[in-house]
Amino acid sequence: MHAFRQILRIETRLYLRDLPTLLTTVGLPTLILVVIGLVPSLRKPDPTFDGQTFVSYFAPSLLVVTLAMVGVNTLPSVLATYRERGVLRRLATTPAHPAALLAAQLVLALAGILASAVLLIVVGRLAFGVPFPRHPLGFALAFVLGTASLLALGLLVAAVARTTKAAQALAVPLFLVTMFFGGVYLPRFLLPDVVARIGDYTPPGVQALLDAWTGTSPQPLHLAIMAVIAVAAGASAAKLFRWE
Amino acid sequence: MSVIEVTHLRKRYGDLVAVDDVSFAVEPGEIFGILGPNGAGKTTTVECVAGLRVPDGGGVSVLGLDPRRDAAQLRQRVGVQLQESQLPDRLRVAEALELYASFYRNPADPAALMDRLGLGEKRNTAYKKLSGGQKQRLSIALALVGNPEIAILDELTTGLDPQARRDTWGLIEQVRDSGVTIVLVTHFMEEAERLCDRVAVIDRGLVVALDSPAGLVSRVAPEQRIRFRPSAPVDDRLLSDLPEVSAVQRTGSQVVVTGTGDLLHAVTSVLARHQIVAADLRLEQSTLDDAFVELTGHRPVD
Repeated sequence: MHAFRQILRIETRLYLRDLPTLLTTVGLPTLILVVIGLVPSLRKPDPTFDGQTFVSYFAPSLLVVTLAMVGVNTLPSVLATYRERGVLRRLATTPAHPAALLAAQLVLALAGILASAVLLIVVGRLAFGVPFPRHPLGFALAFVLGTASLLALGLLVAAVARTTKAAQALAVPLFLVTMFFGGVYLPRFLLPDVVARIGDYTPPGVQALLDAWTGTSPQPLHLAIMAVIAVAAGASAAKLFRWE
Repeated sequence: MSVIEVTHLRKRYGDLVAVDDVSFAVEPGEIFGILGPNGAGKTTTVECVAGLRVPDGGGVSVLGLDPRRDAAQLRQRVGVQLQESQLPDRLRVAEALELYASFYRNPADPAALMDRLGLGEKRNTAYKKLSGGQKQRLSIALALVGNPEIAILDELTTGLDPQARRDTWGLIEQVRDSGVTIVLVTHFMEEAERLCDRVAVIDRGLVVALDSPAGLVSRVAPEQRIRFRPSAPVDDRLLSDLPEVSAVQRTGSQVVVTGTGDLLHAVTSVLARHQIVAADLRLEQSTLDDAFVELTGHRPVD
């Protein structure tokens, strides 16, 4: 526990030192929100979106941006790099266990995701009248499960990829698919219905986020699928993870 | 009492036998070299000693403990510097040392260690910005920061320029003088000759020789050669009658005496008795390089 705290302290410093990555992780979704929000017609309630504005409708997809970036991109590359460079192996020769470093990285990934989400929600509310999530408990649940499912997939990538290059080769398509089904590239109302429905069940489960944000409780099936993915991917990652 | 005992160690990866049958013992306070061509099983051997791998057969005892069962205890008492282990680019020297120091119950003072390893001025430098030699010294510092009783150093000076390599050797001698037992894995003969009290030569997973560097040379490649220009004519028989001498040749004005044992003393004494001065005298001895070739049948890679 003591080693974990020390490692977390140092890893936090390294995390804060990498300013470009930090700003992208925390700030990018909010930046996109601001750009979209500056278009007046997108701030008008629209029957296409059940009387909400496009900005409100699109906000959950912007959450997907951070979740996908951190979960399936940054986390696996950092862990694969640490393994490739022998950082984990060196740690294994000391009284500290390399799992402490992995745990510290997870904590930082979560912190980044949380900071990004809070910034997005607050700026959306203050600047563009995007309501706070109307079903807070459901939203928290959908957010936690969606995050867990993507982080678990990221860990699985880190577990099976031998090198940083291999991790990126796996992470990039996964990232693109996550973003696509999350309605980031094309807003979901423009996607064919079948694609949008698939997107309900691919991590992080953007429909559950949207439902909870705009007022109804998320569907149990959507949440259950995310929980199953999180547990299955997490368990496989734990089984397959190599420290060297 | 030996601090490390390895008996009939065996380790394979699938069909590949990395270590076939390796035995040796390391005495307290010595620098023990593990020498061998690439792929001979050196690294696997020390990884078993460090408790990073489970042997398939044989025994390993470190400080009287079992590297697997007593791993937690041994990690406090054994420092390991692994081959090609790096650190995060943005981590600074002092941060790395303070972090690693925090893992140990009785660590060395990071600041003092940095000064001792000539890293004091680099304390706030990021790992990425360090030179190869500085990275290597930091790596050694991390292996020492827990105040270990044993330090295992794998391919310590690979990739360093000659000056940095010599500086590192000086450092290792200092560490030994402070009472740490050192296990040094290397494929540089010069390094082993300069540093090691004893070396085990490993080839294809087997120990092919175990002796002091000088002992190895005199046992495996004992031939010595003395060249000189005598100040007065010398009768060949004067020299060839000596028990140490095996051959006497002449090339121009030079006499070349080949032999074994205390050849130099024997030759110079007999010359002195006859009041002959040996000008331009040179002694050519086999090196560990030659012994290595004799033992393993290949040239050490450099």
